[in-house]
Amino acid sequence: MAITTRVIQRPEPGRISYLRAAFKGMTLTLRHMLSSKTVTQQYPEERTELSPRWRGTHVMEVHADGRPKCVACGLCPTVCPANCIRLVGGEDDQGNRYPIVFEIDEFRCIFCGMCQEVCPVEAIHVGRDFENAEYTRDRFVYDLDRLMQQDHETALLWDPADPDSE
Amino acid sequence: MNTPIAGLPLLLASSLKVAIMFGLVMLTVAYTTLAERRISAFIQDRLGPNRVGPFGLLQPIADGLKNLVKEEALPRTASKFYFMLGPMLAMGPALVTFAVVPFAAPLPTPWGVVDMIIADVPIGVLYILALSSLGVYGIVIGGWASNNKYAFLGALRASAQMVSYEVPLGLSLIVVLMMAGNVTLTEVVWQQQQLGLWFALPLSLGFILFVVSAFAETNRLPFDMPEAESELITGFHTEYSAMKFSMFFIAEYAHMLTASALMATLFFGGWDLPGSWDDAFWYQGELIRGFDASGGPLAAAPALWKTLLTFAGFAVKTGFFLLLYIWIRWTLPRFRYDQVMQLGWKVMLPTALAYIMVVSTTILVLEQVGVSGFAQGLALTGVSAICTVTFVFFLDRGRIIRGAAAKPEVMAPRPSAGGQRVIAGERATVSD
Repeated sequence: MAITTRVIQRPEPGRISYLRAAFKGMTLTLRHMLSSKTVTQQYPEERTELSPRWRGTHVMEVHADGRPKCVACGLCPTVCPANCIRLVGGEDDQGNRYPIVFEIDEFRCIFCGMCQEVCPVEAIHVGRDFENAEYTRDRFVYDLDRLMQQDHETALLWDPADPDSE
Repeated sequence: MNTPIAGLPLLLASSLKVAIMFGLVMLTVAYTTLAERRISAFIQDRLGPNRVGPFGLLQPIADGLKNLVKEEALPRTASKFYFMLGPMLAMGPALVTFAVVPFAAPLPTPWGVVDMIIADVPIGVLYILALSSLGVYGIVIGGWASNNKYAFLGALRASAQMVSYEVPLGLSLIVVLMMAGNVTLTEVVWQQQQLGLWFALPLSLGFILFVVSAFAETNRLPFDMPEAESELITGFHTEYSAMKFSMFFIAEYAHMLTASALMATLFFGGWDLPGSWDDAFWYQGELIRGFDASGGPLAAAPALWKTLLTFAGFAVKTGFFLLLYIWIRWTLPRFRYDQVMQLGWKVMLPTALAYIMVVSTTILVLEQVGVSGFAQGLALTGVSAICTVTFVFFLDRGRIIRGAAAKPEVMAPRPSAGGQRVIAGERATVSD
């Protein structure tokens, strides 16, 4: 790529009218002061439409009977680069694996979304939500029940109309 | 008849005035902080604090409460006594300065006429100069006692700047005092009423010098050297938190308010409104509104509505200068420290001295010729206009009308810079 050079026409320092520049600035700020245009977003009332690919607070998908979809395969704690998922798997009488403990530390999580990508049964998801403020630090470790109760939408990690663009 | 209030009613009226004005000053200071935040927001196309109460009007109260209950941090290495003393010393003088500013026409009461000024001391302007320069002690002591490099640098800058700009501030006042013939602010207002012109016109250069020095004295941008967030964290109050910080803040805004009130009083007629219906002055024990053709005094007729209207006029003038303070702060960038010193000593001081010479000579000549009153004011307006234009012309390097970028033919390459300055991909900075 060619390097473009731009010659900036600057007046000689001795020829700059500082007062004129100051008054120009004053009129500019006055114009802005009087104009009713604002860029402020009044947050709790006005909310940003989050992107479908927004990766926020996790969601654990559940079956119709209320069991978590997780089969405790152990892929997500393995792939997690922040090491924030704690999983203890168990097996019931029919040989179905299920999570006994499934905890995500939202403080450690870097919201890369790799747990969702790696999940073979589409159980764990990152979600379209960012309002996870708490009063105490220990509240940031989400256990299985809490992850299952999250009711916000889950993230689409790629655009379904254009899957190759991931 | 119009007799001044005396005895017990005087005592009561004075206490009432002190209480009301103190409350009003504190209220104005609180709401100036809100105005500062909201106007800065409007300038930057934001909304500013609008959550607490309608339009954010209760925000100063919330701020005050927050600052009262916040934890006070006391640096371990700070000098404790002086660390506590600093904010008090900053806030005290800032608040008491307002006492000598007349804020409305005299108010008639059944017990006599009440002057709308807390203390009409005979040394008015000198009192203001003496007390407002005391404010820097709070800053210097606070900055030194913090035992912090940045706070100390801020304190040093504050003291140097105060000393530098106190001089042109005082000198720019001398022309006003020459016109008024007295140092009390009531007399200054009265002489402006008698002249029929506010001093901003006959003494325009003095007004400009006063405004610039007042900006420097109140440590406001473009002269906020002692704070200079981008250089010194927050300068002298770096180590201060909670209510102590708040007191520095109140002091700054109280200084601003006093300076605005002074600009209004000294150069814009104070509470005077156009026309002579509101004029009032104690002349040999009588409240007069002027003199008739033979020199006899005309009795003034004070009234409640006149007091209220003139107070509104005073408030509008002061409010305008407060707005100017805020407006300039959010427009102009900060001066470099050496530029501040250079402007103070090499520009303001000689200009103020020369201007005193010019004005005194003009007044002397005019009085010898026999021109007085309104005609004298007009003549002085002309002389001052010439002075102002000359001053501005030289200060602005002879380029006030034509714009800096509007003259491409002078863009010859400078030999020292090795031809045209070519900057790849980034903007050049103006080197000066």
